[in-house]
Amino acid sequence: MGSVTRIVLQRLALGLLTLFVVSIVIFTAVNLLPGDFAQAILGQGATEEAVNAIRRDLGLDQPPVQRYLEWLGDALQGDLGTSFAQANFANFVGSGTVSELASVTSQIAPRFANTMFLAGVTAAIAVPLSLTLGILAALYRNSVFDKLANITTLTSISSPEFFLAYILILFLAVLNPWLPSLSNIYAGMGFGERLEKTLLPALTLTLVVTAHMMRMTRAAIINLLASPYIEMARLKGLSPMRVIVRHALPNALAPIINVIALNLAYLITGVVVVEVVFVYPGIGQLFVDSVKIRDIPMVQACCLIFAAAYILLNLLADILSIVSNPRLRHPK
Amino acid sequence: MTLLWIIGGIVALVALGWVFRAAGRTTGNATFRDMDLSTAFGYAVALVAVVAGIYTYFLVETAVFFRWAVQGFIIAAVAAFLFRLLGRHVGPDSTRKLFRAMPLTASFGILTILIYAILAIFAGLIAPHGQAEVFGTVNVLPGGDPAVGGDPAFPLGTDQIGRDLLSRLIYGAQNTVGIAFATTLLAFLLGGSMGFLAATLGGWLDNLLSRIVDVLMAIPSLIFALLLMTIASAWAGSHKELLTVYMVIIIAVIDSTRVYRLARAVGSNIVVMDYIEAAKLRGEGLGYLIFKEILPNATAPLLAEFGLRFCFVFLTIASLSFLGVGIQPPLADWGTMVRDLSQFINFAAFSPLTAALPLMAAGAIALLTVAVNFVVDWMLHKSSGLKE
Amino acid sequence: MTTSAKPKLLTIRGLKIEGRSDETWMPIVNGIDLDLHRGEVLGLIGESGAGKSTVGLAAMGFTRDGCRISDGSVNFDGIELVDASADTKRGLLGKRIAYVAQSAAASFNPAHKIIDQHTEGPVTHDVMSKSDSEADAMKLYAKLRLPNPDEIGFRYPHQVSGGQLQRAMTAMAMSCRPDLIIFDEPTTALDVTTQIEVLAAIRNIVEEFDTAAIYITHDLAVVAQMADRIKVLLKGDEVEEADTRTMLSAPTEDYTRSLWAVRSFVRPEKPPADPKATPVVSIRNVTAAYGKVTVLHNVSFDIHAGRTVAVVGESGSGKSTTARCITGLLPPRQGTIAFDGQELPADYRKRTKDQLRQIQMIYQMADTALNPKKSIGEIIGRPVQFYGGLRGAKKRARVEELLREIELEPKKFYHRLPSELSGGQKQRVGIARALAADPKFIICDEVTSALDQLVAEGILKLLARLQDDLGLSYMFITHDLATVRAIADEVVVMKDGRVVEQGAKAEMFAPPHHPYTDLLLSSVPEMDPDWLSNLLAERGADNIGDAAVDKM
Repeated sequence: MGSVTRIVLQRLALGLLTLFVVSIVIFTAVNLLPGDFAQAILGQGATEEAVNAIRRDLGLDQPPVQRYLEWLGDALQGDLGTSFAQANFANFVGSGTVSELASVTSQIAPRFANTMFLAGVTAAIAVPLSLTLGILAALYRNSVFDKLANITTLTSISSPEFFLAYILILFLAVLNPWLPSLSNIYAGMGFGERLEKTLLPALTLTLVVTAHMMRMTRAAIINLLASPYIEMARLKGLSPMRVIVRHALPNALAPIINVIALNLAYLITGVVVVEVVFVYPGIGQLFVDSVKIRDIPMVQACCLIFAAAYILLNLLADILSIVSNPRLRHPK
Repeated sequence: MTLLWIIGGIVALVALGWVFRAAGRTTGNATFRDMDLSTAFGYAVALVAVVAGIYTYFLVETAVFFRWAVQGFIIAAVAAFLFRLLGRHVGPDSTRKLFRAMPLTASFGILTILIYAILAIFAGLIAPHGQAEVFGTVNVLPGGDPAVGGDPAFPLGTDQIGRDLLSRLIYGAQNTVGIAFATTLLAFLLGGSMGFLAATLGGWLDNLLSRIVDVLMAIPSLIFALLLMTIASAWAGSHKELLTVYMVIIIAVIDSTRVYRLARAVGSNIVVMDYIEAAKLRGEGLGYLIFKEILPNATAPLLAEFGLRFCFVFLTIASLSFLGVGIQPPLADWGTMVRDLSQFINFAAFSPLTAALPLMAAGAIALLTVAVNFVVDWMLHKSSGLKE
Repeated sequence: MTTSAKPKLLTIRGLKIEGRSDETWMPIVNGIDLDLHRGEVLGLIGESGAGKSTVGLAAMGFTRDGCRISDGSVNFDGIELVDASADTKRGLLGKRIAYVAQSAAASFNPAHKIIDQHTEGPVTHDVMSKSDSEADAMKLYAKLRLPNPDEIGFRYPHQVSGGQLQRAMTAMAMSCRPDLIIFDEPTTALDVTTQIEVLAAIRNIVEEFDTAAIYITHDLAVVAQMADRIKVLLKGDEVEEADTRTMLSAPTEDYTRSLWAVRSFVRPEKPPADPKATPVVSIRNVTAAYGKVTVLHNVSFDIHAGRTVAVVGESGSGKSTTARCITGLLPPRQGTIAFDGQELPADYRKRTKDQLRQIQMIYQMADTALNPKKSIGEIIGRPVQFYGGLRGAKKRARVEELLREIELEPKKFYHRLPSELSGGQKQRVGIARALAADPKFIICDEVTSALDQLVAEGILKLLARLQDDLGLSYMFITHDLATVRAIADEVVVMKDGRVVEQGAKAEMFAPPHHPYTDLLLSSVPEMDPDWLSNLLAERGADNIGDAAVDKM
């Protein structure tokens, strides 16, 4: 087990390092803004005095390295700063206190939960569906089913998320009023109702993710079925079922886990557009709104959360595929 | 209850498949003898789907969109078939040979790309009106029939401030496609040259560039683009047209990381070849190695990657525009059009054509990426087939 | 052995197989007949593309994806396999017909222990219980002379060496005591000292259980040891068939005779080199390493003008690394390389154009040695222009002269791309590119090992002629001792990065040898069908192959 543990620890360390560097990149990018936050908040017409007051209160007169370390330290403790949009800066100047509502964390937390719910529903539909379809396409490769699946998934991958979203709205909400086209979710909603409102955005995401996942599964399985040891298993007179279950699946685990993790990472980007289309109160929509009104701390925080989720999922894929590799699990 | 229906349906389909196979076996054909039940089930599903499709097309009156989709599909298939037929008999030997072994999807892709290219280049000549031209009549309905609120001068109607939608759709080809193309080109120039340099020189340069790219790729590209667009919009201030330029640069840089990865991988595979060693031992310089030895062997994978990256860039730009931070007005572009027209979708029951407007703009985006993907898929299939 | 008295086991009649390429079906095998009696071993030999593996698999009623049996019959003990149902075939495969693949490392499932894969067949076919089959596996491992037979099966495939895996796979094929085993090039990927052990083990066990076998290989000397009868295939057609001794002593067809004749090419011996003359290339006490791993230890030898030094050794012995030190791709840690008495800079980037010109290289894989996007004229023309400064018509004239030198028609080949050439022609272009620099010294790195035997001989003859005409010196890297016999003047034997022995060819091929050289020489199969039996009788099964290396 020694070498596996070492490799996994190495990857973990590398992942954390990447996350750290990414946080620097995000912080630096924001600091490329012309002028500074204070100027951005108050606009061009602000008096020098007011700008300076905010600068002091936000600690903008400190050197960038110190500000970065403070920001990072706060972020690690769950404090992601103060949202410009919510804080009433007229009162804020000089008073030195920030109301609870204005903190970025309190804004993000419920929306983060909503987004996780959406991603969870999507994954619950997409993962079993795409694995089944992908394995079937690999087993019956070059059949009519496989060719049809190829064209359909290619089309689905090529379409922008909003195209798929509007088509689903057209058929499932407008022409046949089965599902709501707007996902107005609020706290304290029952699970059933919540699920119903989430279904349409989840289906849209499923369409995109399933296409990706299915193609990758198909490629991984075909690759696997071409291995000489599969041919050997067939030549031993084993039944097709046994060849698949005993010889293909144990080796397919690593690539399939990889495919799932990579696509969940892909979901993160897809969620932004879909949330906007369905006005789903998740972190993606919050991010886009903050971008439009240039709410810098909010943008920074959302960006960090998206990047962290993305890095962690990729890391997870990496580690799981190492752990499930028999060559590494049973070293010489 | 729904669950019961689903289970019942599956059981019925399996039974249908079993009957189908049993009927086939009486003919004594070996195909049916060795057929497993799952394949028979597949045939049963296909049969039911075809019957349901035909029923909906001819007997369900409200299925307007379904009929349009089927008609569109048939027209596309026929056009692709005719185009391939044309390609097989016209032109130089090399292209004729290419068309002979071409699947319909690829010929459809090439035809579509050609049409888009023509629309984009000659948008000014083809479009009936200018893209920013404002007319007095706002919110004219599509269809050109004055009885239901249309106007023959504006076949697809006008938008909220009275611009001709057909013209904007055509100009969209020029703006959206043109900007995406330029961005991809820039990304390739940047990522490609860095990638090949890293592959050929190796050592610390390779390490440095690869680590930078690793970090940049650790941030999801759309998220990173949105972050940088926030900053860019602050820089651009009131000069909205500058924002489009910034967007091109930002997306090109983000995307060049993916190009770098590929170029480096392709380059490293070529660099280990013996003919490169032979050239190095001959004493050839770096320029000769990259341009005369490596690049000619990398064109096929790079061309395929160009197609895929173009799709990706194109979709990213469309998404940004759809979110309101991409291509800025007065330039007409499809992403923005989808967002502006999206409310019309609720009129589907009364005026299908109106509801189709946002779908047309979104479909225009999808159609091009589908077309490019079909062609790339064929190219990749062809080059992998030749290796065997 | 009077095989014809025994009952027939396998009858193939008019077998035709097609393979799909670009939506059309191309013939691979065009009508082959084959008979096999119980307990008989049939050798199936041919060059690459002869269709021998395809025929071997078809004998099991199996075709790979993208292939199909288009005509003919395969009758195994009264069962027609071509139109048998999948169930019938599954009942036979593994139980009565077994398969041993070329690469054991790839054909064992990495996720399961060797013994679990071994017992799978007997348990599935209800031949033995799992525990009986495990006990039987250990007996088979002992018979096949695997080390620690009671324990080795409980390892995972990647924990066992290639030669041992190949024997474990033979044991697996034997697990149900089949009537027929197909051996598909089982020793091709192995070094000679490993190969001999596997050959001895396979032959022993096939004889003991009186199993019929089809032994597929491209190596004549190997098949001579294993088979009772030999069938020669060429491009999907049968050339001839006879019992082994007749086939070796009196082949009737021209093609077969030409295959045999390859082994007879030997260059006339040259007088020994003047020990006082300055060697063209002198390798002095070279020690080299990849990273921290030292791969060459204190290697020294000389190469004199107009002579060929063959560097011999198994994979990992450091032959190619020595070549990389000479060309300057891998600067040595210690020691020097001298050319015409002058020390060369260790790194090729620091060498002058003229120093680079003098040392040229010809590669093993002609496919990767020629840029696929450049025409033959460009490939050969570049060094002509680069070193000689010739351009235009003069360059073209020189390239055409070089093409004639390597016996290729200039008009026909000047504008062709490498992909339009055969393997042998590509290798000739590689030679012409080296000659175009007008060098004194050429390194030939396994130049014939990827080629079929007839073609390889053509290349060797060409190289010999060029040496005589142009006074070139060669360093000839190879693992094939037949090639050494054919072309070398002096031989350097390497093992684990050290020079074990060196001297003139005549000395090297006559005793007394260094023990390793002796082992290497004795492990190379010869065309005599009694060679393996004699060797085993003379030395005993414990003193051949890797077992003997381990004792050193």
